[in-house]
Amino acid sequence: MNRINKALAQHKKLISIYFTAGYPQLEDTSEVIKRLAEAGTDVIEIGLPYSDPLADGPVIQKSSEQALKNGMSTQKLFQQLKDIRKEVDIPLIVMGYFNAMLQFGVEDFCKECEAIGIDGIIMPDLPISIYERDYKALFETHGLKFVPLITPETSVERIQTIDALGDSFVYMVSSSSTTGGEKGFGEEAMSYFKRISDMQLTNKLMVGFGIKDAHSFEQASRFTSGCIIGSEFIRRLTNEGMHGIEPFIKSLK
Amino acid sequence: MSKYKVDEQGFYGDFGGAYIPELLYPNVEELRQNYKQIIHTEDFQKQFKSLLKDYVGRPTPLYLAENLSEKYKTKIYLKREDLCHTGAHKINNTVGQILLAKALGKHRIIAETGAGQHGVATATVCALMGLECIVYMGAKDIERQAPNVARMKMLGAKVVPATSGSKTLKDATNEAIRDWINHPKDTHYIIGSVVGPHPYPDMVTELQSVISKEVKAQMLEKEGRELPDYVIACVGGGSNAAGLFADFMDHEEVGIIGVEASGKGVETTESAATTILGREGIIHGSKTLLMQNTDGQITEPYSISAGLDYPGIGPLHAHLFKTGRGKFVSITDVEAMEAGLELSRMEGIIPAIETAHAFAIFKYLDFKEDDVLVFNCSGRGDKDLETYRKYFGY
Ligand SMILES: Cc1ncc(COP(=O)(O)O)c(C=O)c1O
Repeated sequence: MNRINKALAQHKKLISIYFTAGYPQLEDTSEVIKRLAEAGTDVIEIGLPYSDPLADGPVIQKSSEQALKNGMSTQKLFQQLKDIRKEVDIPLIVMGYFNAMLQFGVEDFCKECEAIGIDGIIMPDLPISIYERDYKALFETHGLKFVPLITPETSVERIQTIDALGDSFVYMVSSSSTTGGEKGFGEEAMSYFKRISDMQLTNKLMVGFGIKDAHSFEQASRFTSGCIIGSEFIRRLTNEGMHGIEPFIKSLK
Repeated sequence: MSKYKVDEQGFYGDFGGAYIPELLYPNVEELRQNYKQIIHTEDFQKQFKSLLKDYVGRPTPLYLAENLSEKYKTKIYLKREDLCHTGAHKINNTVGQILLAKALGKHRIIAETGAGQHGVATATVCALMGLECIVYMGAKDIERQAPNVARMKMLGAKVVPATSGSKTLKDATNEAIRDWINHPKDTHYIIGSVVGPHPYPDMVTELQSVISKEVKAQMLEKEGRELPDYVIACVGGGSNAAGLFADFMDHEEVGIIGVEASGKGVETTESAATTILGREGIIHGSKTLLMQNTDGQITEPYSISAGLDYPGIGPLHAHLFKTGRGKFVSITDVEAMEAGLELSRMEGIIPAIETAHAFAIFKYLDFKEDDVLVFNCSGRGDKDLETYRKYFGY
């Protein structure tokens, strides 16, 4: 079974952490992964930095800019991850923007991911219609789970279409915003989490955007399988370095 | 069936589409489902035409530039978009989109701008309609385009500096898109060129196609035929070009010439000549030609004219280029400045520096004496006086 689905089958709330590859230092990528795994993270999203990350707020924009300045590239990321499966067994998802994949060659990109032992891909700007038409078969051949996004504005009908596309989890964006929002979860957000949970989709649900501590983690995972934390983790990594990783993960539990 | 119109899926051949995050899907989908129907209502057309006539000052003249014609031994007409209210073709699009925004019940308007022309055109129609207006502009461009920033503020718009990336047009566009993600219900994004996700390229082309329609009627009146031999326009994102080309694209006998900015030269790293330096990829939700490194990271363009300083071109132009239907020429800063001076001296028309690029093609292309050329004189040079002044030392 794919590592993502194995994790989702556990009866616990999953902690998924997003970080930008090649940040703060170019060669930090595998060290961050190892430390996250040791600290008890359940799923890791490895961000391939992009020059124009449309769905991201200021924190991830900055980390991406720095990573690119450090010399991060698609080729470099695959090199850095070459032996990662000798070190960790945690589910690994590559998250990036579609142009990077397109320029590398979608098939080559998938092959590299499979060779490394990547379990899934999140490409926020690869529309589901194009994924289904052009790339679904390819992803499946290479054992890669495609993780689609939904938002509070996504219609019921479209959620059902999206649900039919995959068989791992759907990335539920907590509110209509770019990453790193600080809105907190009020009644509206809670009822959205519950509403989608009540739809009993084939896919599990993971909530992302705007989660930053044990409280927001508890709220966002109450009706779902867990949460994805990005901006807040990067903020910690920036301020506290590698030593900040373990206490942060522990603080969420 | 037109070969150069967008298809059902939003593509021009290999280019176009809507490569957008799901977060943006509801906004873009609402527009996609409604734009055609709204634009084709009688009510919309009536208001649009009336504003174009009495507010913008259309139809703009088709002017026979006799001195220039004599020098280059061919017949040269100028479509005088520089005489539009606010000084460029940009307002044709913003008048149309503000009516569309109202029909969709939106009361908050956002826009991106490079040189500030589109920002001013957006702020203008927002003032007219009493709608809130927020314009994203690269921090660098805010510095180099101070008069247009002041105009936007005077018109009541809020100008927000884009401080990410290279702090120019591409980043202002990113910020506007992010704003739209954060305001999915009450906001309409007035994009300033034929770029962005479907339906924007098609919608902006349609709103700008008034240029093409007028040229046909004016050609008939002046030349006794609707079709010129060549239509020529500068291409930043490509809206003034798309507006001029629109009704001529399917007439294969009309030559189509797009003029890009090559900055300090295509052999340098400071250029914006996308058809030469670009490869297929995705920018601002559209599959098109864009300048990028081997990894797909978008690279910084350069041109002396802020309005041509964009790393991509609209998908329609990528399609015209790839199919060979359109010919693309690139012009350096120096050539454009000289052509701007020449148009000023010979015809008494000081063009925008963007526009001036188009008039520099005679060095590269030959025309016959009985050819009829229509140039889009997309904007006037008021906004560029400071750059001209510094360059020529006036
Ligand atoms: C006068 C003028 N011409 C041309 C352009 C380039 O835009 P487009 O290629 O969309 O016409 C601009 C953009 O600011 C402009 O101000």
